[in-house]
Amino acid sequence: MRPALSSPHTLSILVDNEAGVLARIVGLFAGRGYNIESLTVADVSDDHLVSRITVVTSGPPAVIEQIMAQLDRLVPVHRVRDLTALGPHVEREMALVKVAGVGDKRVEALRLADIFRARPVDTTTRSFVFEVSGSTEKVDSFIALMREVGLVEVARTGVVAIARGPEAV
Amino acid sequence: MTTQELNGAGVIVRALTDLGVEIVFGYPGGAVLPLYDALFAQSKIKHILVRHEQAAVHAAEGYARSTGKPGVVLVTSGPGATNAVTGITDAMMDSIPLVVLTGQVPTHLIGTDAFQECDTVGITRHCSKHNYLVKDIAKLGDTIHEAFYVATSGRPGPVVVDLPKDIQVAKARYVRPGAPSHKTYKPQVKGDLAAIEAAVEMLAAAERPILYTGGGIINSGPGASVLLRELQRLTGAPVTSTLMGLGCFPATSPAFLGMLGMHGTYEANMAMHGADLMLCLGARFDDRVTGRLDAFSPGSRKIHVDIDRSSINKTVRVDLGIVGDVGHVLEDMIKVWKARGHRAGNLRPWWAKIDHWRQRDSLGFAQTGSEILPQYAIRRLWEATHARNPIITTEVGQHQMWAAQHFGFEDPNKWLTSGGLGTMGYGLPAAIGAQLGNPGALVIDIAGEASIQMNIQELGTASQYRLPVKVFILNNEYMGMVRQWQELNHGGRYSESYSEALPDFVKLAEAYGWTGLRIETADQLDDGIAAMLAADGPVMVDCRVAKLANCFPMIPSGAAHTDMVLHGDETVGEKDEDAAALV
Ligand SMILES: Cc1ncc(C[n+]2csc(CCOP(=O)(O)OP(=O)(O)O)c2C)c(N)n1
Ligand SMILES: [Mg+2]
Repeated sequence: MRPALSSPHTLSILVDNEAGVLARIVGLFAGRGYNIESLTVADVSDDHLVSRITVVTSGPPAVIEQIMAQLDRLVPVHRVRDLTALGPHVEREMALVKVAGVGDKRVEALRLADIFRARPVDTTTRSFVFEVSGSTEKVDSFIALMREVGLVEVARTGVVAIARGPEAV
Repeated sequence: MTTQELNGAGVIVRALTDLGVEIVFGYPGGAVLPLYDALFAQSKIKHILVRHEQAAVHAAEGYARSTGKPGVVLVTSGPGATNAVTGITDAMMDSIPLVVLTGQVPTHLIGTDAFQECDTVGITRHCSKHNYLVKDIAKLGDTIHEAFYVATSGRPGPVVVDLPKDIQVAKARYVRPGAPSHKTYKPQVKGDLAAIEAAVEMLAAAERPILYTGGGIINSGPGASVLLRELQRLTGAPVTSTLMGLGCFPATSPAFLGMLGMHGTYEANMAMHGADLMLCLGARFDDRVTGRLDAFSPGSRKIHVDIDRSSINKTVRVDLGIVGDVGHVLEDMIKVWKARGHRAGNLRPWWAKIDHWRQRDSLGFAQTGSEILPQYAIRRLWEATHARNPIITTEVGQHQMWAAQHFGFEDPNKWLTSGGLGTMGYGLPAAIGAQLGNPGALVIDIAGEASIQMNIQELGTASQYRLPVKVFILNNEYMGMVRQWQELNHGGRYSESYSEALPDFVKLAEAYGWTGLRIETADQLDDGIAAMLAADGPVMVDCRVAKLANCFPMIPSGAAHTDMVLHGDETVGEKDEDAAALV
């Protein structure tokens, strides 16, 4: 038997917004040895009762199926969906990228930011903080370019994702 | 609906009463004094005072497993809660419905490292089915009801409710909630009918079917065992069982192949290996059952019925998964089988093969001389007691496996053992819980001399409540199972596995007000057992058995079903690194 290929999957998990629920999810991944490539969580209902957790994990199909089943049996979990398997969906990530430099480097940073549609959200005479959003790959390449012109530090949100079309997951 | 002004502790006791709780196993302490006060003021719920909180949980497990009702535990904060963790984990692994109430420091002190504070919900988050920290008095009553619903529905398990002391004393109203339900937790009970129909067709077409049954059948309730018997009659298929499933199919039936897995019978494992259709009913393809996965039943199509979706395709890929309560699924399978006019296929060639394997007599032993073979002791114990349909509990080790192999069970809920976690010290408190749930029953803990010392303090609990439990120690002066592995895998270097400085078990029993008996030779065995059964109260028997006997058959960890070792002379003394790394 050849091991099945491991690929990234974006899972969308709707949970009761109660104390400890994130620890349950994260602990499940840690305890069973699944990896978390990215994780975001926020309250998404107007009554503050439901949160959406978006997890990017990776593994062969059988492992992903097992992760979904394990998540689904946690008591406060409403729904788990594998957006990657469901098909068309939108994935976005946002990063705040701090760059410091003077002269040419500074001009080049601004020019690159423009190409990536990254907005400067803070400026001093020696630095910028850019806000960039898009796919993980786009954010990755922007950060890689900024390394050459004086990257200082990065803060990233991790992936948020939602299925296309009119229906909720 | 009734409403009444009470304090939080009163609400809890009212809720427990409404839920039909009759017995609570517990141990008091500062953080649960209001609850103990509320218990003091009533007479419907009986509190059983154990001697250690771990034992409270195992006793509740024994009660639950033998009665089908949830077990209830009450312990204090900090050390009370941490002492309960082993039992909670045990119940989690074996899917035993429990509600564990733990005291907690008052809410305003949580997080300050207060006296006897520990993060109980944090510690138990991954060893319980679910847990709650009640911080809002208005939610207290509903939380207790919900905890019982979660513990007992779907795949059962332990639920922890952490109760800060200020919540226990706060004024509260109790409203009895309506029918239990939960906004996110909705276990699937009925199986998908199309899948069930497909399963029936696969079963009807099979030439070499096998029913691989497990603890799920027992959890589903006694009706599921009756349905299993009917399905077997209709199909003529052989039945094997996991350690946890023993009793769901009668051991004396010719269709029963015995337990499968690491210490299973030759015929059960060979039939699993040679089957063309495996119907797994409420079992979970545990590594003790499957052995080497890539050699596990290579020629069979597999159907798996389980109430827990995550059990399906977890370790073994199956051809058809059916999520649902095994009792309901069995009922539907039988209906479909009959409606479609299926008859048992011609399984004669398959049974001929099985009979051939049976002739190996893999559980055979020869009792000669005066030294008692442990297998023989269990067989004689069965002879002397089976007519009384006893409840048997065990500790963990060789004696547990010998009991599983040689003590035949005819009915569910009679066999209580720590399967998934393998917790030494389970048997005595579990026997106490089972005796309380079944006052007239004969309850025997088949023990090892090492394991019994792990919760030996519970002798006092049995004395206090006049529980006539019997402890039958197969005393081989070794942690026999450890010694066996050391003999087979580690060159016979018996590192720390000799039971040195054993107490005089007879005197120990007597010190607790028990009867103590000793059996030393084969000719004393039957009389000793008879004396144990004749005594009114609790009895501890120190039965001296062969010190170096090994438990066979055995599939070495990580080996295939076909690599079974039937007798000691087939074993080698050192294992390679991979094999040595397996447990
Ligand atoms: C709490 C706990 N600690 C350690 C073990 C590992 N262990 C498994 S069997 C065993 C020896 C049990 O000895 P005994 O009770 O005398 O039973 P025997 O195997 O001799 O029948 C040990 C130490 C365990 N299962 N549980
Ligand atoms: Mg021993």
